[in-house]
Amino acid sequence: MSDAKRLRSPGRWHITSRVVAAAILGYILSNTASVFLGLALPGDKVEGVATAILLSFALFTAIIMWVFSVKRLSTVWFGLLGAILFTAAGSWLLLRLESTV
Amino acid sequence: MKGAFRQSMTWLHTWSGLVFCWILYFMFVTGTLGYFDAEIDHWMAPERAPAAEVPLREAYATAQDYLQENASGADRWFINHPSGRDRPQLSVFWQLPTPDDPSSVDAESLTGNVELHAVSGEPLPELARETGGGQVLYRMHYALHYIDFDIAYRIVGAITLLMFVAMISGIVVHKKIFKDFFTFRPAKGQRSWLDMHNLLSVSSLPFLLMITYSGLIFVVTVWMPGIALGSYGFDVQKAQTELQAAIGAPAAERSGDNAPLADLGPVIDRVEDIWGAGNLSNINIEKPGDANARIIVNPAQDDIFFFSSSLVFDGVSGALIEERPFTDSTAVGVAGAFLGLHEGLFADTVTRWLYFLAGLVGTAMVATGAVYWTSKRRKAAPDSMQPRGFRVVECLNIGTIAGLPLAIAAYFLANRLLPLDLAQRAEWEVHVMFLTWAACLLYPLLRSTVSAWRELFAVSAFACFALPIVNAATTDRHLLNSIAGDDWFMAGFDLSCIARGVGLAVLATKIRIRRPQSVPANESTAATVSHA
Repeated sequence: MSDAKRLRSPGRWHITSRVVAAAILGYILSNTASVFLGLALPGDKVEGVATAILLSFALFTAIIMWVFSVKRLSTVWFGLLGAILFTAAGSWLLLRLESTV
Repeated sequence: MKGAFRQSMTWLHTWSGLVFCWILYFMFVTGTLGYFDAEIDHWMAPERAPAAEVPLREAYATAQDYLQENASGADRWFINHPSGRDRPQLSVFWQLPTPDDPSSVDAESLTGNVELHAVSGEPLPELARETGGGQVLYRMHYALHYIDFDIAYRIVGAITLLMFVAMISGIVVHKKIFKDFFTFRPAKGQRSWLDMHNLLSVSSLPFLLMITYSGLIFVVTVWMPGIALGSYGFDVQKAQTELQAAIGAPAAERSGDNAPLADLGPVIDRVEDIWGAGNLSNINIEKPGDANARIIVNPAQDDIFFFSSSLVFDGVSGALIEERPFTDSTAVGVAGAFLGLHEGLFADTVTRWLYFLAGLVGTAMVATGAVYWTSKRRKAAPDSMQPRGFRVVECLNIGTIAGLPLAIAAYFLANRLLPLDLAQRAEWEVHVMFLTWAACLLYPLLRSTVSAWRELFAVSAFACFALPIVNAATTDRHLLNSIAGDDWFMAGFDLSCIARGVGLAVLATKIRIRRPQSVPANESTAATVSHA
């Protein structure tokens, strides 16, 4: 069965799993990634944060599209969790750097 | 692999578009009508006399006297003089200080909102014809109805995100935007629905991208508060002060000493020196009666920005303190442009009609997409072999796409026909609208598909034609009178009802159902996939 076929007529649990991943982990990731982006952007901090807030829904959209285009479910879940961990840890580091400067 | 990606995006487009498309259609219809909210207000309050013509300074003096008497000690006054389409009357708004224990009072009792007679300064009498007007209709596109505002606002935000996902995935699967733009194969059943859906989406793409993404920016603070908080290490106080400063200057602080508020007349003189006459929109007074009061004057909105720069005066001496830009931040400026474009308050008559037409095209895009979903499946198999979901989608399609125009016509008819002494009359106008819609959703259960479409469109058309007639029968503001009296809001409403009736009648005669021909199921699916 080709990947395309599988996506076209996937099992109910398979779809539910993707929808949950996209909605919940996708939501969390779009928050953590936006925080990371806002802190990482050069220049004025408020400007960076505001830019990241404006882009957050575009980011969320991209994440949702990625979740539904990836072949394997495990890639979806581990990918999202890894990205959340990475952006959250990165944000924490940037905040620490900021307070020491 | 590339094929798999397109197919997964086709799947995403189909389902993110379909699942809530009936609420999306409702948001498009009520939002599009919102571009004419003030005109609808006017039609629904035919007994309201236009504001008395008074010079600007007198109107502001009248409002100032009223507020002095009825709202002294307020934190903020807000005065709008009669101007333009959306502010026909002199109106004042005030906000009393929040007590130390906010839970001890009802938040609504702290604010007031009154329309004044511009000469006598008396509050305008309540209209006998109590109505929600265009404002209630317009408010539904972001706050729905019968549901708590905070919840409704989040639901609308989530559906807007699904709309955005459907649009972007739709663009991704769409290989030949330019070619499809010139492709229309009429009267070909399912193929025509697809062509129409493509044509409508592509031609209004800039508007749709703008209106959807700006809609998301409206809800970003309620849906994504974690970004601001997280960026400041969850220090709520710091996040608020820093971001608030980017959006606008903080309100003036109370000094504690009383001092009489300056006359607004000389302030207006100064404003007209700087901006020229006719460019003043409203005056906002912070801490009136305090020695540290500020008078903030806002310009008429003639650009796309949601916020504007303003002139700030000392509230006691009346001296100009500063010209305050609305923001120094590029990002906030971009957000302001998006929100301003969404609302279209700057639009003149022609632009307003363009907004309205773009909104209609968006509405039709949602409708054709939903109809395409059923017609594509109908081509593959006869109705009797379709799963139950097919029938659900079809009933929702008929009851909403053909039924909502009828429900809205019923809302307007209720305004003219409900007894004037009915308790909660304004709320009943809305009940009539939703009861009509509910009836339309049940109707397809009783009739065959094609009859249900035809009959609902026909009744909708009939209701639209009835509106100007009922208007003529129940008020003296009939079409000929409105045209003779140069009342183009009133006449425009009646004329557009007739136009809408014609459109719906045409739809009623055009509806056909194509039964599946002897096409093998897999072949037809293959054809749609390569074109979806």
